[in-house]
Amino acid sequence: MEFHILKKKIGIEKQIDDFLDQVSEAGLLFKSGVDNFLKNRIESFQEKIQHIIETEHRGDFLRRGLEEMLYRQTLIPESRGDVLELLENMDSLLDRFKGALWRFDIERPEICGEFHDDFRELVECVVQAVEAIVLSARAFFKDITAVADHMHKVSYWETESDKISTRLQKAIFGREDLGLSHKMQLRDFTRHVDEIADVAEDVADRLSIYVIKRSL
Amino acid sequence: MSIFFLSSGLFLGWSLGANDASNVFGTAVGSRMLKFRTAAIWCSIFIVLGAAVSGAGPSRTLGKLGSVNAIAGAFTVALAAAISVYLMTSARYPVSTSQAIVGAIIGWNLFSGSLTNYDSLTKIVMSWVVCPILAAGIAIILYKLVAWFIMRFKIHMFTLDTLTRYGLILVGAFGSYSLGANNIANVMGVFVSVSPFPDISIYGLFTLTSVQLLYLIGAMAIAFGVLTYSKRVMMTIGRGIMDLSPIAAFVVVLAHSIVLFLFASQRLESWLISWGLPPIPLVPVSSSQAIVGAIIGVGLLKGGRSIHWQMLGGIASSWIITPVIAAIISFISLFFMQNVFQQQTYRPVKYMLTPAAIEHIREAGESTKAIEELQGKMFPNAISFKKALSKRIKLPHKTLELIVTSAEICKMKITEDKIAKINTGWITLEQKDVLKKLIGRCFVHKWMLDEALAKESPHWRPKENDRSYNNDLKNKLSYLYDLFQEMN
Repeated sequence: MEFHILKKKIGIEKQIDDFLDQVSEAGLLFKSGVDNFLKNRIESFQEKIQHIIETEHRGDFLRRGLEEMLYRQTLIPESRGDVLELLENMDSLLDRFKGALWRFDIERPEICGEFHDDFRELVECVVQAVEAIVLSARAFFKDITAVADHMHKVSYWETESDKISTRLQKAIFGREDLGLSHKMQLRDFTRHVDEIADVAEDVADRLSIYVIKRSL
Repeated sequence: MSIFFLSSGLFLGWSLGANDASNVFGTAVGSRMLKFRTAAIWCSIFIVLGAAVSGAGPSRTLGKLGSVNAIAGAFTVALAAAISVYLMTSARYPVSTSQAIVGAIIGWNLFSGSLTNYDSLTKIVMSWVVCPILAAGIAIILYKLVAWFIMRFKIHMFTLDTLTRYGLILVGAFGSYSLGANNIANVMGVFVSVSPFPDISIYGLFTLTSVQLLYLIGAMAIAFGVLTYSKRVMMTIGRGIMDLSPIAAFVVVLAHSIVLFLFASQRLESWLISWGLPPIPLVPVSSSQAIVGAIIGVGLLKGGRSIHWQMLGGIASSWIITPVIAAIISFISLFFMQNVFQQQTYRPVKYMLTPAAIEHIREAGESTKAIEELQGKMFPNAISFKKALSKRIKLPHKTLELIVTSAEICKMKITEDKIAKINTGWITLEQKDVLKKLIGRCFVHKWMLDEALAKESPHWRPKENDRSYNNDLKNKLSYLYDLFQEMN
């Protein structure tokens, strides 16, 4: 019986790792998808969308399984609520990556060449912010003292993405040859991407409270 | 009638289970690491095992109530203790059942005119103060150690969860085992002489003696208390004083067990002495006080803000109230038992300074000048004897105790048929042989029998620096006094 239970626990640990892998992978897919879009490689872009949909499905499946296991087996009673919230927040990041990529596909915005670098930089910062929160979450489960090492990077990347987003929006509205509707569409895209970093920072703030609650 | 007398023992067992199970599984249930039902089942199984395997040894047949010398008295004393523990359990306070028993015995002492052993009183008061402090200290050290261990080995949250759960069950099971082993004698010991049960053979495989059967039923009463009514106090321990994390829950139970083991274990003391090591001083400890102390320790380590001081104040007052209320209930019920129900609640113990007693006191290095005029005068009980002594001379507590024990009258005659009743095992064959040499001799005082036995053989002499052996020897001698005492 003992062996069986331990095996189950190892199962949970692996599932959590797998789930966080999906979040991290979604970031990479998003980055590469936006890059393909900017380079006008529509086929590869579509591939990334397909891939991110599958990743999101897998993430959802793993999260549901984990939630059920945590409740059914009454594991980690004192942190169960926090862990469930963390998993849901991480899942929302994954959803946002997918949503943003979908939006590119639906609206097909016309992004002028001079904004490409800034867009890439913005996406890079956002993905880095999410990567840092994924590492923080892993540390939360495995080595709580290491959480802080990763968490401050989330803030750093969020600030960076804010700076780029502001710069980009100024540049967009500085272009006199673009129509207002075009400007507004590009602004919305910029904000939509930037918001992912904001959400990552919110998750980090919640996580820092979970850490305090679990600190020995 | 004997079945009726047993009922208060069973009630006491039930109260003990309802209250004391919280010490071993309260933190596990309070921190939601174990369901109450799971904890109660584990606890009950190990209590019954502890009582049956380690509790029924002959040296344990003399529980705390052993000093109550009439069965109706023992019934009343047990009932008073049980009622007071029940009241405290209803109020959700963790109290010490043995302190309730001592309190009830003090009520009996007052009623029967016996002297109260001041040692037991100081022990109770000390256990309120010393035991929580010790437990708090150990819990703080242990918590730091466990925290270091978790940080050092980077244990995954879920692995830690599993380890803590197993740890809580393991420590809880050990705790329940010793709870059963140490307390069954207090619950049932005194009723051994009136056990209504015959020996039972189970399919010819093994036989349950009447005593074993009695203890088994007592253990079941304790287990029943755990199953039916222990959740209240468990929640006080687990959540009432402060919200405990599972790690803290584990540290608290472990610290409590370590305190009980280090500071109350005579076996450990003998073991250390046998290896030429300095023994750890034995201090009065009690399970309930230890667990509350350990929780406070962890709470203070976390800054003390999460401790519910009001609840703690309530618990501390309940510790004081328990023995007092037990003494009062005991005294009043004894009065009714004796005067309304016409039951003999105590056998009067008389006191007389015989020439031999005076000689005995003198040999112990005390002056007997002031008390010699009391020689030959019979006193109906210890209190009147003490009063007479105090009128003449102001004596230090120890000397007074020496004089009182020396003058206690306990007429005994060593007879062959009574020796035949002794089962060898606890009392060794050699010790029994020594007794046979004394056949036909009569003794007026208990110490006379002690001296006669010690004179005959080293098997009846106390050993230096071996408290556990000496206590066992004392228990054996008490058994002999009861066995050989002439009732008229």
